[in-house]
Amino acid sequence: MSDITNVVMPKWGLSMTTGRVTEWLVEEGEEVSAGDDLLEIDTDKIAGALESPAGGVLRRQIAELDEPVPVGATIALLAPAEVPEEEIDQAAKAAREQLEAGAVEESAGPEIGKVTVDGREIAYARMGSEGEHIVLVHGYGGDKNSWLFVQEPLSSSYLVDAIDLPGHGESTKDVGDGSLDVLAQAVTGYLAERGIERAHLVGHSLGGAVAIAAAAAAPAQVASLTLIAPAGVGPDINADYLRGFAQAQSRRELQPHLTALFADPSLATRQLADDLMKYKRLDGVDASLNALLATLLDGDRAGIEVAPLLSSTRVPVRVVWGEADAVVPISNAEGLADRADVTRVPDAGHMAHMEQPSAVVRAVTSAVEATPAQQPA
Amino acid sequence: MARMISYREAINEALALEMRRDPSVIVMGEDNAGGASAGSPGEEDAWGGVLGVTKGLYGEFPDRVLDTPISESAFIGAAVGAATAGLRPVAELMFIDFMGVCFDQIFNQAAKFRYMFGGKAVTPVVIRTMYGAGLRAAAQHSQVLYPLFTHIPGLKVVVPSNPYEAKGLLIQAIRDDDPVIFCEHKALYDMQGDVPEGAYVIPFGEANVVRDGDDVTIVALGRMVSYASEAAEELAGTGVDAEIIDPRTTSPLDTETIIESVERTGRLVVVDESNPRCSVARDISAIVAEEAFGALKAPIQVVTAPHTPVPFSDVLEDLYIPSTQDIVNAVKTATDWKR
Repeated sequence: MSDITNVVMPKWGLSMTTGRVTEWLVEEGEEVSAGDDLLEIDTDKIAGALESPAGGVLRRQIAELDEPVPVGATIALLAPAEVPEEEIDQAAKAAREQLEAGAVEESAGPEIGKVTVDGREIAYARMGSEGEHIVLVHGYGGDKNSWLFVQEPLSSSYLVDAIDLPGHGESTKDVGDGSLDVLAQAVTGYLAERGIERAHLVGHSLGGAVAIAAAAAAPAQVASLTLIAPAGVGPDINADYLRGFAQAQSRRELQPHLTALFADPSLATRQLADDLMKYKRLDGVDASLNALLATLLDGDRAGIEVAPLLSSTRVPVRVVWGEADAVVPISNAEGLADRADVTRVPDAGHMAHMEQPSAVVRAVTSAVEATPAQQPA
Repeated sequence: MARMISYREAINEALALEMRRDPSVIVMGEDNAGGASAGSPGEEDAWGGVLGVTKGLYGEFPDRVLDTPISESAFIGAAVGAATAGLRPVAELMFIDFMGVCFDQIFNQAAKFRYMFGGKAVTPVVIRTMYGAGLRAAAQHSQVLYPLFTHIPGLKVVVPSNPYEAKGLLIQAIRDDDPVIFCEHKALYDMQGDVPEGAYVIPFGEANVVRDGDDVTIVALGRMVSYASEAAEELAGTGVDAEIIDPRTTSPLDTETIIESVERTGRLVVVDESNPRCSVARDISAIVAEEAFGALKAPIQVVTAPHTPVPFSDVLEDLYIPSTQDIVNAVKTATDWKR
């Protein structure tokens, strides 16, 4: 039995309780490697591909197409070819019975909480129990839930915290003067408050610039940087998108702007727009988005310049950029080549960590592995 | 994320947040604090209104939660007057059915001041009130009267359909400078929903598209929104893809979203728990007939209560309230219709 790996319904985000398999990408009997896409899953929030947790042969597809499957329930069985059919049949029967009885133990899910940094509450969601510390920093208008496809796979090897920057998610909405320093101090302050001596930072867009600023300001606290379409490493930025996002007062106004985020515009779902409107309606969000917009933009160009800060750091740097990025275009990556290992991802827009999460997971893993072990003090 | 609270708690939270934020917000009504026997704050505020919506507020704001005599004409008049003098009163008029005794204060005073004083006067009063059948409370405690207020220019009328909507719309109502009639369906108080902890506002006059669909537009109000959602799920099984629109406010009314949708689907079903004559359902039906006639592939269908008082008999009351099946049938009439 121990050679059989149960592929289970992942928990992509705090509110996800069930998902549906919409397409099998691997047929029964086919061989797969760890990290291969196995199947497509649809949640009420978003659709995505589930990667194989291990290598082996896909021995059984347990879940029916479009059947609602609770988080943690078995959807397929993987095993080496030599595991006998009877054992697989037995495991399949048990999994099917469990699924039909709805008797799935609710997976613990992330630990969520808040800490106070510089008088502001910073919300976090932690997954994983051991290994190096990784902290995920979202972009402008985003929140900790945007890492749904990345945080879970990383948490099998690392202790992974996704945080809400000031002005975002469930953190305090005040952003002070809206400068990069305020946000970077929130990140380093979070590490200190949580007793994390040193962490690998992963930042998307504005969060990438924040991660760079944090690494430059507190080199002892930052072990490596993985930057996804970071803002401020070059001058190009889609000012119309940013202004449109900040100004939209209804779902109808917001929805057209959201298609700029993805290579596949169908990912700009109404659920995404609804969730963003729920965020934008919160007291204080308008003011914080406008303050940050003033930081991000100088006319129609990027208003921040973090390339010199990046050059001043000494840590391993990995960069992931969607080739179809229409918000912070990949042209900004020029000039990074001598400081960072840049992965150009086809079929991804600005939200590479949602469209091609495996590329981001690989980059983070590579950055962590390239980091020299911490010298004992 | 994903903090589930009830419609009742969402309304209570909106009141508490606004009272903390703005000292000019006061709450008044029958037994809102604790009734005639209320003693020291926090101890005897056991009632919090007849269905417990304002429970706990008296303890936190002993000077700003006022019990009133059973005289709607007096305390609604007092609330309107206090609003013109600088406070932001939230008055609870227990059952919307009792509104008749204070029509002058609402229709002829509160609704008119902004206009009669050349825009120099504002009347930021909120009147919270319960409506709707289903509680076996018979003809004098079960009516759906928001169409009456919708008819009067100068009033804003809110019909929240779930806990998230109730909180954001009530905060907007309190911050709004015009008189707002805030209509809470009694059968929704225990409905659970995902509601953010902080304060947020949902603007008036912006409909919520609850479900996207291409075959028929269902406009539903208040409690009827969840009925329409159930009907849409059932219809999806038969290959009919319904779009559901919750107008949130009947005044102002977001006609743009409704017309845009009907122009795409070609069919309209309006679901409104009120009596049919001069109802919001008939109003929306007329607006669409006037402005999008050419887009219609079938006659507009209206699902309402019958033109009778709410019956006392349980069996008849259940029949009186529009049902999911009534909505499904109306949609089928529209989709099966042949010229």
